[in-house]
Amino acid sequence: MSLLVYGLINSVILALYTVGFSLTYGISGLANFAHGSLYILSGFAAWSFMNVVGLPFFLAAILSVFIIAGLGFLLYWSLLLRLRGVALAELIVTFAAGVTILELLTWRGFYGIRYSLPVFLRGGLEIFGVGVDYQRLFVLCTGVVLVVLLWLFVHHTKIGLAFRAMAQNERTALSVGIESDWIGSLSLAFGSALAALSAMVVLPLGMMESTIGYEVLIYALAVAIVGGLESTPGMIAGSFIIGFGQVAAAKYIGPKWMIIVPLAAIVLVLVIKPSGIFGKYKELEERV
Amino acid sequence: MAKESLKYRKKRLDRGIKARADTIFAVASYRDIFYLLMPRALPVVGLLILSFILEGYWGKVLVYACMYGLLALSWDFMASCGLFSLGQSLFFGIGAYLAGAMNHYLYLPPAITLPAATIAGGLICAALLSPVIRLKGVYFAMVTLMLPILLMKMIETTGVLGGTHGISSLSPFSNENLAAYLAVVGFLLCLFGFRRIINSDYGLVLVAIRDDDRAVMSGAINIYWRKTQALFVSGAVGAFAGALMTHHYQFLGMSVFALDYSILPVAAVALGGQGSFAGAALGSLILVPLSETLRALGGLRIAIYCGILIGSIIALPEGIFHYLARKYHQFERMVEGN
Repeated sequence: MSLLVYGLINSVILALYTVGFSLTYGISGLANFAHGSLYILSGFAAWSFMNVVGLPFFLAAILSVFIIAGLGFLLYWSLLLRLRGVALAELIVTFAAGVTILELLTWRGFYGIRYSLPVFLRGGLEIFGVGVDYQRLFVLCTGVVLVVLLWLFVHHTKIGLAFRAMAQNERTALSVGIESDWIGSLSLAFGSALAALSAMVVLPLGMMESTIGYEVLIYALAVAIVGGLESTPGMIAGSFIIGFGQVAAAKYIGPKWMIIVPLAAIVLVLVIKPSGIFGKYKELEERV
Repeated sequence: MAKESLKYRKKRLDRGIKARADTIFAVASYRDIFYLLMPRALPVVGLLILSFILEGYWGKVLVYACMYGLLALSWDFMASCGLFSLGQSLFFGIGAYLAGAMNHYLYLPPAITLPAATIAGGLICAALLSPVIRLKGVYFAMVTLMLPILLMKMIETTGVLGGTHGISSLSPFSNENLAAYLAVVGFLLCLFGFRRIINSDYGLVLVAIRDDDRAVMSGAINIYWRKTQALFVSGAVGAFAGALMTHHYQFLGMSVFALDYSILPVAAVALGGQGSFAGAALGSLILVPLSETLRALGGLRIAIYCGILIGSIIALPEGIFHYLARKYHQFERMVEGN
């Protein structure tokens, strides 16, 4: 039973890691390798707002989500605009920007026990005989609500529809008056905001460290590759496969082996179906 | 464009020594011969002399520069057949761990571990990456980024091969300067060897795979097999660098999978220019001494590499080498506009 409960929570955490990355890639084909760095940067931003400026956590969290979204927006207009369409240059530049952020954080000495965010709710309860604290349940709810809201957003708002139009065919979208740079930068801002939002919810579960940035990026990539880079159902399926796989491996083989699961899942999926379980847009080109 | 601005324009002329093609030259004098040979002889003579005269700290820097140069060359070789890697430290780390383990557990001397780790490292890298060889561009880069980090975590959590503490007191090279000679000679061999391979028929196929893989497939060439071969070659070069480094430092630890060894080669190629190998070599010979002088900044170094990487991709996308080569081979003058 604990396998089920903790597997579910672990999967939702993975889905939260991935959702922003997957959104940005799905819309503008931009692999944002700075995703993990923005995630952890938002945590430190919130911490600084609380402990340096003295804002309450709620306000600090909202403020840092907006700041990270702005940073993503700025990243697009300052660096990526000149490289649009050259997938590799985009990737290298976002990765380099991400590493710069992480190294600057490490250099400033942002690690250690005193850097942690407070939980929203203290205490816990028992579900089917398994003790779970409220924060983990909160993570679970946030994940579900976020996915539902995201679905509503991209299907029923004007910007969301423009996002989908860009994802399906950039030129046609251009011809009906959707400006691709504007939408591209918005998609990066949204992806970054989602990273920051999930950081606000997930980070209180543990200490903050700048190396978490790499970890988040790795898990986001693993989930995205397993599920297919641009599909939301694929992302959910991927995070459930890896999430439950990890918890099962920790329980039955030993916690050491948790790290093998994403790698094994990737290799397996790539051998069987290289574009991921649900990835279908670019199946043909990828296989070759 | 306004009409006034066309009054003068810059005209570029190839030097007369080039006859018809890039590889056929009309040599008329010793000056022409010097002009042709100088760019090729300069790195060879320069590096060989440096490896003789440099000792102590700057000798180490030279070894470092050649090691990163080897990694950058192996990156460029993979890139020339369309495999873009963000995890060159995988090759480096596997070479280092193979050589270190053979030396520590089997008591083999460096004379055996170095070649063995080179060959075995190439084989292991090709085998590890062969399942994902069908992927292109971003997808392949993602997997290569993950592999070294995951291997590092595996060693950390399972504690095999020394775990987090690493293995120390490996046997050193018999001669202090031997590492420098090996590094320089390996570096030069790779540089000129790769330049030759890529212009041969074999290299032509590799470049064609990058440019249009389906056209190559329709020519009844198995592109996956060719890509695996390219992986073996660049894996072996990276593993050689790793094995050399382990014996040079007489220490083996998880740091061989660190991000430095992935980022700096890419930064070097981005700075020097992709596709000609000379750019990769030039980039690493510039970046590594630069980073040594920045050593006082500690952890900030990687941030600075990344800054250089971003700056050079945006400001000079063709790279320093291509820029210099153009300046070297062409006259420029202002002429009346049409």
